[in-house]
Amino acid sequence: MRPVIPYVTAALLFGLGVYGVLRRRNAVLVLMSVELMLNAVNLILITADTTVRAALPQTGQVFALFVIVIAAAEVGVGLAIVLQLYRLRATVAVDDVPLEKVDA
Amino acid sequence: MEDLSLPKIDYAAVAPMLILFGVACVGVLFEGVLPKAARRVTQLVLALLGLVAALSVIVWQSDTRVLTAGGAVAIDGPTLFLQGAIIVLGIMALLLIGDRAMEHGGAFVAQAAITVGSEADRKQAVKEQGATEVYPLTVFAIAGMLLFVAANDLLTMFVALEVFSLPLYLLCALARRRRLLSQEAALKYFLLGAYASAFFLFGVALVYGFAGGVEFGTIHDSVTESTQSTVLLYAGLAMIAIGLLFKAAAAPFHVWTPDVYQGAPTPITGLMAACTKVAAFGGLLRVLYVGFDGVAWDYTPILGVVAVLTMLIGAVLAVTQTDIKRLLAYSSIANAGYLLVGVLALSKDGLSSTMFYLVAYGFTVIAAFGVVTLVRDADGEATHLSRWAGLGRRSPLYAGIFTFILLAFAGIPLTSGFIAKFAVFGAALDSGEAWLVVFGVVTSMLLAFPYLRVVVMMWLSEPGESTPTVSIPGGLTAAALVIGVVATLVLGVAPAPLLDLTTSAADFVR
Repeated sequence: MRPVIPYVTAALLFGLGVYGVLRRRNAVLVLMSVELMLNAVNLILITADTTVRAALPQTGQVFALFVIVIAAAEVGVGLAIVLQLYRLRATVAVDDVPLEKVDA
Repeated sequence: MEDLSLPKIDYAAVAPMLILFGVACVGVLFEGVLPKAARRVTQLVLALLGLVAALSVIVWQSDTRVLTAGGAVAIDGPTLFLQGAIIVLGIMALLLIGDRAMEHGGAFVAQAAITVGSEADRKQAVKEQGATEVYPLTVFAIAGMLLFVAANDLLTMFVALEVFSLPLYLLCALARRRRLLSQEAALKYFLLGAYASAFFLFGVALVYGFAGGVEFGTIHDSVTESTQSTVLLYAGLAMIAIGLLFKAAAAPFHVWTPDVYQGAPTPITGLMAACTKVAAFGGLLRVLYVGFDGVAWDYTPILGVVAVLTMLIGAVLAVTQTDIKRLLAYSSIANAGYLLVGVLALSKDGLSSTMFYLVAYGFTVIAAFGVVTLVRDADGEATHLSRWAGLGRRSPLYAGIFTFILLAFAGIPLTSGFIAKFAVFGAALDSGEAWLVVFGVVTSMLLAFPYLRVVVMMWLSEPGESTPTVSIPGGLTAAALVIGVVATLVLGVAPAPLLDLTTSAADFVR
């Protein structure tokens, strides 16, 4: 049996994340889109776990735990950097971030 | 429920990583308990001692060839060599990071949380000592890189990737001068880095679906034996490659490099240019040589195109730069292309020459950024190229050192750059990748132009009103400069010992 629905859902989620990163201007929403991509991966890992004949059972689920922990750490660092930017410019729109010609 | 049996761990083999993670944790504790005045010296000494201890364990363990921690970590020739290289280059970068002689309080901001441009910010820019959190962060990053080059499965590799990336994102935001630029560089690096690592992870999941495991041994076996459709395999490999090539700053995943190299504090730029490059290529070598060598015929043309694109973009855009840090960033992109040529030789020679190139380039690039920290005016570092005109008259010694470094980048004989390029191009020719070598040589000539332009500018222009002075370096920067320049010279004149070492180390365990 092939669990089609979870795989398709995961692919859609990942695509949505990629689209979000490319289209969104708000840094927090970009961060959320990246999280969406990571969660799509979790869905794939857990689905694959039930179908793939792995050498060790349940490895996919364990991978998902690792990914969750790392995603949390990433959000911690990311929000710190975004918060800094907000304090600085009172905006978090990424295309308002000029990387040239700033001398402060 | 069956009993859980813990995997055997060869503690001596993984000791370098354990030492560094331990030192970094102790460093974080010191931040909490030590008085402010005592922190900087304690942290610097602690970090340096930790790195030296880890290096001596690596030298002591140099004959170890073992898979440990349940096959998650491979300690073999390339691992030990690259770990040693990362630590030596890390020590040099740490010397630059620790120096406070050129600027009161060092290159780092005291409290990154203070809003830029506020009254408190002006006060701290003048008075406060730089933050000492940079030392534990740097050690965390270096320890993550050690794990990255040793990772023998894709999940460990992903964890290590994040462990060394997250501290680097933060370090980028901590510049004392030009704080806006620095924070924006950190934001850009973070968003693109997180995006790239999500692709890496998606690739890991696809390969897991194909192979039923993420260990390189398992992947290698199922690449040759599996009867499944290979769509998952190719898509997975492509996405993993995106993640790794992003870290290695290869085109078309290079767009972050100039902005981040320019915005980050210069010592951190040195750390990124040298150590991150070693780590990223160490990971790429292991993925391609150990895990996916069965499909080498399929990925070589694609990665070859990436290599050509990287060399061309790096060389062409370096010509148009007006900022020395951006120029060095594009040169680092082009060098990623030359390294890819070595990687794509896909032979023992390719492996050993790539490792040699990484070490040679690392020494030179840290010395280059060391000189950049010295050329400064009242506003901090004077990085605009027009300001460097006539520097040779003002301070012949440092202009001479920088000229030597640029000649090494350009690959002039008697420098390590020549031997390194010769080695990777030779390896690629032996493997029948002549087209890559042709592009490599052409772009090398192209790339020599911006370097020589800087040299001519420094020596043949009259110093103007705005030509900055060259600060007398503190002892730490001077030490890093001496190590870098001597290594560049010695590896150019007598490269045989290191070449022998890379050749004897060029064997992966599977």
